[in-house]
Amino acid sequence: MLTNITMGQYYPVDSRVHRLDPRIKLILTIAFIVCVFLASNFAGYILLSAFLFAVCRLSNVPFKMLLRGLKPLRIILILTFLLNLFFTPGDDVWVSFWIIRITREAFLQALFYSLRLMFLVAGTSLLTLTTSPISLADGLEILMGPLKKIRFPAHELAMMMTIALRFIPTLLDETDKIMKAQMARGADFESGNLLSRAKAMVPLLVPLFISAFRRAGDLAMAMESRCYHGGEGRTRLRVLKITKNDMIACVIMAAFIAMLILAGRFIPF
Amino acid sequence: MSIEVRHLTHTYSEGSVMRTVALDDVSFTVEKGEFVGIIGHTGSGKSTLVQHLNGLLKPSAGEVLIDGEDLNGEHVNRRALRQRIGLVFQYPEYQLFEETVAKDIAFGPKNQGLSAEEIDGRVRYAMDCVHLDYDKYSASSPFELSGGQMRRVAIAGVLAMKPSVLILDEPTAGLDPRGRDRILTMLEELHAREHTTILMVSHSMDDMARLATRLLVMAEGKLLADGTPREIFSRTEMMKGAGLDVPAAARLCQALRDRGIDLPTELYQADELRDAILRLWRQGKEATGC
Ligand SMILES: Nc1ncnc2c1ncn2[C@@H]1O[C@H](COP(=O)(O)OP(=O)(O)O)[C@@H](O)[C@H]1O
Ligand SMILES: [Mg+2]
Repeated sequence: MLTNITMGQYYPVDSRVHRLDPRIKLILTIAFIVCVFLASNFAGYILLSAFLFAVCRLSNVPFKMLLRGLKPLRIILILTFLLNLFFTPGDDVWVSFWIIRITREAFLQALFYSLRLMFLVAGTSLLTLTTSPISLADGLEILMGPLKKIRFPAHELAMMMTIALRFIPTLLDETDKIMKAQMARGADFESGNLLSRAKAMVPLLVPLFISAFRRAGDLAMAMESRCYHGGEGRTRLRVLKITKNDMIACVIMAAFIAMLILAGRFIPF
Repeated sequence: MSIEVRHLTHTYSEGSVMRTVALDDVSFTVEKGEFVGIIGHTGSGKSTLVQHLNGLLKPSAGEVLIDGEDLNGEHVNRRALRQRIGLVFQYPEYQLFEETVAKDIAFGPKNQGLSAEEIDGRVRYAMDCVHLDYDKYSASSPFELSGGQMRRVAIAGVLAMKPSVLILDEPTAGLDPRGRDRILTMLEELHAREHTTILMVSHSMDDMARLATRLLVMAEGKLLADGTPREIFSRTEMMKGAGLDVPAAARLCQALRDRGIDLPTELYQADELRDAILRLWRQGKEATGC
């Protein structure tokens, strides 16, 4: 029932991309985001697509999964496209009637902006699809480590993120179960107007909140009974190590950035 | 109301790495008035199976027929049907949500569109079925009750719809012996008094020995065996293969037989085993003459 949510979901298979150090993967993802903004012409966007597709192949994640992550964004994407199409000023008019005026510049900008948005989301979902929540939080904590000097709660944030991510599937399962249990008692979540639908959510939300609070209490107790006392002096089970694999990934990324810049300079379209 | 399951197959997460075949070509028929026990190891597909019986899950293949009509057919009002086939989920106390016990139990009848008096009558009836005193508990919050009482409120919530078939998924899991006994007694009474067809999933073979008139044994999504408790519990090897135990009395009987004591194979209830042993003992006394 609730299985079509892929954003932020880990796809547990083994691959070179999965095995990359989470710190490197985070940095590379940031680099990719920069690349998305560097690309300034069609050649650049073709390079970006090729790169994304290649990484996806290398990671053994079905391309379908990546596309599914874009689905919740379709309204924003369409809106971005239309707004840019209609409201970007330009000279080379293609279509003009009534108050609508579409120019070549507007069309290109609309296309580029929506592609850019798609690449941003696809790139970051590739990160979460190939990195387990735990190692993602580990990587984030280390990368944010220097900020601890200015009393930034890096460890607490990472821990909160780990827990939140860890419990998303659990809560989804739970929602599914409670929903079915109430449907077995004749509850109707699908029909009716907005108000009656909102009311129908009460039998779902109350048990869900109660169970989330209970889980939170249990978890806190379990952590405390295993002597959790914050990040101070805490060692790691899996010490992160940079391997040859990571070096290769960085070199590939550097080469890709260079290609992208060259493409922007020397290819005219 | 008869339930016929034909070649039922269910696959979770089809087309991904998490793909699991939870049910594999399961077929059986349950007639009115039966008390069917569904047993099987954890993950053998019991919960998946029962969720098909009232249309909460759709089969990947095969069909479920209610009185000969396909449950997943186009013109079937599944919401109405679900009220005639009551399903009590595992740990049903986690689905309580109302301020008072009475209001929570009234949720089902209210969805059936009954009048206020009828609803009140149903609430009283259901609380009576589960042995909860109406005057004492109807106005209290369900969250102040003990675990066993909460479980009974949740079961009452389904009974209040007066289903002709009652399906329970591990209704005694996690309860103390007294809470467990209360639920079993209640089911026994319901079955005897109203001839409600009951299907119960349970891990406890002793519960099954006490109540079931028929057993379905599940293993790895397949229906491994279907028969009376006497037939099933005498097949110790098959049960072991499915990762299941037999009732304590059947185990004791087997152990005594292994030591050469001449008992019949098919005993599984404590009192019949007791009688058989007493009979042997008396015979022995007469033979030796002391
Ligand atoms: N919602 C679900 N999504 C994916 N797999 C599931 C789901 N529910 C159950 N399964 C899988 O289906 C199999 C049968 O589960 P279940 O019917 O719950 O067994 P049982 O109730 O006998 O313990 C198990 O392997 C389980 O992991
Ligand atoms: Mg189960």
